[in-house]
Amino acid sequence: MSKALKINKGIEEGIIDFLEFLIQGGKIRGVFTLKKMNENGAVAYSLITSLDELKKAVPFYPFMPVNAGKVLSSFTLRAATEEPVAAVLRPCELRAFIELAKRVQGSLDNILLISLTCGGVYPLRSLKNGDLKNHLSSYWETVKKAEIDPETRPTCQSCEDFIPQLADMTVATAGMKDIDKECVILLNTLKGEEHAANAPGNIITEKVENGNIEKLQKLREEKKKKLFEDFDSNHAHPKDFIKTFAACVGCHACSHSCPICYCTLCDFDSKTCEYQPQSFTSELGQKSGLKVPPGNIFFHLGRMNHMAVSCVRCGMCSDVCPVNIQVATVFSRVGDSLQKVFNYIPGRDVEEPVPSGTYKEEEFTEFGEQ
Amino acid sequence: MNSQNLPKIVGFLCTWCSYTGADLAGTARMKIPAAIRVIRVMCSGRIDPLFVLKAYLRGADGVMMMGCHPGDCHYQKGNYNTRRRFVMLQNILDTLGLEKERISLWWISASEAPRYAQATNEFTEKISKMGPNLLHDEIFL
Repeated sequence: MSKALKINKGIEEGIIDFLEFLIQGGKIRGVFTLKKMNENGAVAYSLITSLDELKKAVPFYPFMPVNAGKVLSSFTLRAATEEPVAAVLRPCELRAFIELAKRVQGSLDNILLISLTCGGVYPLRSLKNGDLKNHLSSYWETVKKAEIDPETRPTCQSCEDFIPQLADMTVATAGMKDIDKECVILLNTLKGEEHAANAPGNIITEKVENGNIEKLQKLREEKKKKLFEDFDSNHAHPKDFIKTFAACVGCHACSHSCPICYCTLCDFDSKTCEYQPQSFTSELGQKSGLKVPPGNIFFHLGRMNHMAVSCVRCGMCSDVCPVNIQVATVFSRVGDSLQKVFNYIPGRDVEEPVPSGTYKEEEFTEFGEQ
Repeated sequence: MNSQNLPKIVGFLCTWCSYTGADLAGTARMKIPAAIRVIRVMCSGRIDPLFVLKAYLRGADGVMMMGCHPGDCHYQKGNYNTRRRFVMLQNILDTLGLEKERISLWWISASEAPRYAQATNEFTEKISKMGPNLLHDEIFL
């Protein structure tokens, strides 16, 4: 049970009202959220300080043009924001931001984190021809009923971590029947309670569990299990993995869109991994042929080694793939299994070290001693 | 075993323990399989998982990572990092259906020449039984 702020308006209007209240009262200087860019349904993350601009904000628009964790990190990279800012982001984006903060790529200070119980987002492709706009009403219907929208990203459909962990405020959407009429903002932290003081609306006690949430969690768990089982049965032979990535054109868009891949110069874009003319010759001495440009499988396996343990399963990589490879399924499958080995959940705690950057003396003692 | 079916094994040996151990095995004229190609690194912590992946993808039949026993690292903690990286790498390969048995980790101290001989022989035998790396003829890598 925690305190909650109930505003008697639909969630989309309600949250704007609340953000307006925060800006007007001087509690925050600006808002980081999605804003409408045109009438066709295009949205982009924006930093908004004026109330006029705030009217165009659409915080819960089911679309992720870029993982917000990555953007938040870019403007808190050197230091925390000087003036307080509220950020509205999805649970996986929040997890990504926390993973980045752990890697000293951003700061959580001075940011009021507002998240939601997430119903998922539509793939980037759905924006074409304004398709997404037509889906919106059915999207909110499925959210109300706590069902899975089959048009959302496959990672969203199989995401069981849709309840934000470290947010100051959580807007209840999934399984809430009355989101057209009321906006319930759960205040998870003291910071959240302080910001909500004197806000328009009533303070009530509410909890994130509402019966429907558990149902949705179960549905998603089943979906995830099925997805992973299919993946496993399709990847029994060493050559299966190569087939999965057979269409890869080596554009590295998956890495560029990945919130965890923060390196300014990626190992795989650098000279280290560049093929010199003599490398072609030497490799051809060993093999009967060589795919050019080479190194796609090496890139994916290597990238997995670098970031899969922190994979937040946002699904950006699948979405940006020009040849439609389900990159996110592969990475989330590997990430899931790695995270189990280290009992690690990305974005669970800012203080928890990343498994690949730490060790314990008394672990895995059976290795190396055979 | 003739040179036709002799596997290709790449070994990454830490200079302080395993390489010295290997040296001792040589001095003591122990029998070391010709399958193994030794690469000396300053510490097993220097073995970037990408080295191992590259060897595997380019067709090495097996990869051995060798370092000092836990607690004995010349740089205090290099081999603890190696151990985590090895666990991660094996887990990734296993999840993807790639042959995780082809990579291995061994702790071999500077005085353990017989252990070095035993490790290389055992691993070569195991890899010979597994047959050639299926990715050797794969050109899409």
